[in-house]
Amino acid sequence: MDILFQQIINGLVQGSVYALVALGYTMVYGILGLINFAHGEVVMIGAMVALTALQALLAAAFAPVLAVLLSLLVAVVACMALGYSIERIAYRPLRNAPRLAPLITAIGVSIVLQNLAMMIWGREYHSFPLPFNSISHHFGGAVANDVQIGIVVVALIIMLGLMWLVHHTRMGRAMRAVAENPAAATLMGVNINRVISVTFMLGSALAAVAGFMVSANYGIVHYYMGFMLGLKAFTAAVLGGIGNLRGAMLGGVLLGLIESLGAGYVGDLTGGFLGSNYQDVFAFFVLIAVLVFRPSGLLGEKLAERA
Amino acid sequence: MKLHRSSGHLTLAIALLALPFIIDALFGHGWVRITDFALLYIMLALGLNIVVGYAGLLDLGYIAFYAVGAYTYALLGSPQFGIHWPMYVVLPLGALIACGFGVLLGAPTLKLRGDYLAIVTLGFGEIIRIFLNNLNAPVNITNGPQGISAIDPLQVGAFSFGSSYEWMGIRIDDVHLHYYLFLGFTLLVIFVSRRLEDSRIGRAWVAIREDEVAASAMGINTRNIKLLAFAMGATFGGISGGLFAGFQGFVSPESFSLMESIMVLCMVVLGGMGNVGGVVLGGVLLVALPELFRNAAGPVQQALIGKVIVDPESLRMLMFGLALILVMLWRPAGIWPSTQRRREFAADDSVLHQEQETVYDASK
Amino acid sequence: MVSINRLPLLVVLGIALVACGKSETTSTAASDELIVKIGAAGPLTGPQAHIGKDNENGTRMAIDDANAKGVMIGGKKARFELLSEDDQTDPKTATIVAQKLIDDKVNGVIGHLNSGTSIPASSIYFKNGIPQISPSATAVKFTAQGYNTAFRVMTNDAQQGKALGEFATRVLGEKTIAVIDDRTAYGQGLADEFVKSAEANGAKIIAREYTTDKSVDFTAVLTSIKGKQPDLLFFGGMDPQGVPMVKQLRSLGMKTQFMMGDGGYTPKLIELGGGAEEGTYASLPGVPLDNMPSGRDFAKRYEARFHQPIQLYAPYCYDAVNVMIAAMQKAGSAEPAKYLPEVGKVELKGVTAKIAFDEKGDIKGGAVTVYQVRKGQWHAVQTMGGTPAAKP
Repeated sequence: MDILFQQIINGLVQGSVYALVALGYTMVYGILGLINFAHGEVVMIGAMVALTALQALLAAAFAPVLAVLLSLLVAVVACMALGYSIERIAYRPLRNAPRLAPLITAIGVSIVLQNLAMMIWGREYHSFPLPFNSISHHFGGAVANDVQIGIVVVALIIMLGLMWLVHHTRMGRAMRAVAENPAAATLMGVNINRVISVTFMLGSALAAVAGFMVSANYGIVHYYMGFMLGLKAFTAAVLGGIGNLRGAMLGGVLLGLIESLGAGYVGDLTGGFLGSNYQDVFAFFVLIAVLVFRPSGLLGEKLAERA
Repeated sequence: MKLHRSSGHLTLAIALLALPFIIDALFGHGWVRITDFALLYIMLALGLNIVVGYAGLLDLGYIAFYAVGAYTYALLGSPQFGIHWPMYVVLPLGALIACGFGVLLGAPTLKLRGDYLAIVTLGFGEIIRIFLNNLNAPVNITNGPQGISAIDPLQVGAFSFGSSYEWMGIRIDDVHLHYYLFLGFTLLVIFVSRRLEDSRIGRAWVAIREDEVAASAMGINTRNIKLLAFAMGATFGGISGGLFAGFQGFVSPESFSLMESIMVLCMVVLGGMGNVGGVVLGGVLLVALPELFRNAAGPVQQALIGKVIVDPESLRMLMFGLALILVMLWRPAGIWPSTQRRREFAADDSVLHQEQETVYDASK
Repeated sequence: MVSINRLPLLVVLGIALVACGKSETTSTAASDELIVKIGAAGPLTGPQAHIGKDNENGTRMAIDDANAKGVMIGGKKARFELLSEDDQTDPKTATIVAQKLIDDKVNGVIGHLNSGTSIPASSIYFKNGIPQISPSATAVKFTAQGYNTAFRVMTNDAQQGKALGEFATRVLGEKTIAVIDDRTAYGQGLADEFVKSAEANGAKIIAREYTTDKSVDFTAVLTSIKGKQPDLLFFGGMDPQGVPMVKQLRSLGMKTQFMMGDGGYTPKLIELGGGAEEGTYASLPGVPLDNMPSGRDFAKRYEARFHQPIQLYAPYCYDAVNVMIAAMQKAGSAEPAKYLPEVGKVELKGVTAKIAFDEKGDIKGGAVTVYQVRKGQWHAVQTMGGTPAAKP
């Protein structure tokens, strides 16, 4: 029982990170119908910038809490600028191009960011210097430390904030309008370009927070860390119904749980025939099963014909 | 006109036949080997072009069929099981099995559209790779991450493509022989692609790509036609995979990663979706570019700045990524798009341009 | 049919493109000087780039040392040149790189880093008669293909797995063991051999779990292992996974011993471990650098030159080059065909161990030293098998 409880905690922590990154995918997709393949690399840049800022601030003898908050802020701002530039340079000129053209530039951006990061921060793994001890708390037989609890709580707050923003502000209304029908939104006086830029910046800000969390939790940073995370988050977004904010959160948390429970139990259930080596296979099987029965994901609306 | 065309064909044939020796004389065997791989990738890209370019089904796991073809060849022509079946049995068998996997992937995904299909195919590609990577226990089938080595070379009777021969004083090495073999298969794939394009099936694919509902209203059996696209594409992938296994003599799951699928997709889109010539061009460019940057990054810096500041290896992939972005910005429909696509794109563009202009005026 | 007529143009374009890529090899050699080209191949981009660069550094140091010393081969003063290529840990690229090195007329190759690249490349080196010494490929198969050109200065998975299994059971006396591997050729190969050896020595493998070489979260498998309470956890994989794994192991409150192969014996493990790595065991083929007269000096010079500690296999690359040079000197020629027979007969006191090859090209004896992290430092615990054990 303790083991089960621990697996659920593991899944929730992992799932919260997926959810945060998945939100970035889903927001962009909802508005542009574009898979922003470079999003995973934005997470990585966020982590790298946070690392450099944190090192500098700690070296300048800032108070630990202040250093953490400031470096997070620096990472968020840097990623927002990055997200804005990516959209301007690689996606906006292609808004009316064939659907796959921006997919290729996205892959290009992803390769460029990865290799730039390699040139700037080097090929090695870096240690992420969290300036305080993450204390472990025991819940029955299960353990969770401060960072893990922090991840879940912060992710929850951010998601609630995002929901509020999308549903209760002018900008949010404009975003929903553009997602629904860009042409009509323009006619209603919505500045599409601004809305899209804001969407990219918001998504990138979330990516920066996710990057910081991942680095704090695992303690290491590497220029290659974004790719897998981005892929998993993208899967989560589709699982929940891409384009749907609640879907991204649900998909993220679900994927985290599927992974941890799958890795933890299937080996024993199948008598060792299938083990944790098939962890990703379970995740994809669940995804395929969900999509066969609900072709637009768990919470996705039934899409009308959309060319 | 007729004369002109046939003379064009002749020049082309001579150029293609002489190519490996020209490359060899100028740049060495390494580049001939790169050309061989380019041909394999062209076959792959042409196969994917049927799925993505003709039928408009975004497939991100295409490399799985390449893997199936390669492992079929490897398992039936290596010491792994002690089976050594000849190439003319194993290659078609690999293509057939890959074709079966194509249908297997197609069947549950028929209802899915666009990006949902993309993620499912991506998952499918990963599932195949993960199975190949783990099927060494409890029963050892694929030898897991260690891969299968000492695979039989491609050979017909006593003639092996993996050996060197002297012919009229000209030394023909394995890289040259493979070039001719791969060229033959590539031309076959090009021929089939072009015939398909102009056939009823080809037009049905385009109809589905443009509007699935309208296509089915016109009496096209969209289910079968879509499955056929997956099956045909997979078959080409399977052939290419078999050739790859025989050429390299070693297969391991790491050759079939997601990145490879993405690369093949880039070839199709960058070259020009739906156009055989464009796809071939895309394949050549994407195989040659990274290798080109590998050689050029150092000397160019030397010439421009006087010393090598940035490690050429770091620059290579960076330049490659930049090239992808720039080419797409420069030619959003691909470098050499199909005439039909080009027309559509131009039409789309002008209409949308108009719309935007009015919007822009309004916001002022 | 416009496209058909345009195709020749494309071909020409293709050739032109290729032409730009031609690497210029201008070697202005004085007649009394013998130019010897040593090829080096390993990943210089991608997730293992830092280890690939470390290999290149080790090779470079050996070459510079040889040039500074002035090595005579067959009565001529030899000048060594390094040609380093990036194989991207990709088997296909490895064969291209191999072919290119041969085009560039290398006299021998140090590489590749991984088994998955060394094996496909080895057939090309063999066909062209170029001696290849891998500093770090551990798959048993690499030297078992019947190629007389393939050598390694590193123990193979079987030798190292055996030593680690014996250490875990006989020296540490562990009875119940859990094993995780990263599903790479290296991790899986080593873990399988470890399991064989541990079981042969009476230990019970109570859990066999898996991860990938791209993962950072292992809490799920670790939690599953926690329920089975093993004495020791063995991980077949590299330090990028080892660090977060040992951290998560400790943060789950598990006191299990943690052990890795040579992939764990890195300064990074301690630098990144944040204290959680204390007590971790890892192995390294050969005897400790400190115990070899030239080893301590090598480590110091490496740090001074590259401004970072040795990552992993640089000393093996250094030894590999010296083996090659020794064979050339003995044969009195740098011609691959002439010195190849001598490579197998070389006996050399390297910085990692006394090096001699068996008939397959594997390192003879294959001593493996087990280290442990004590107070944030790697300490040699015991040298298993091979040459007489060095005192810790």
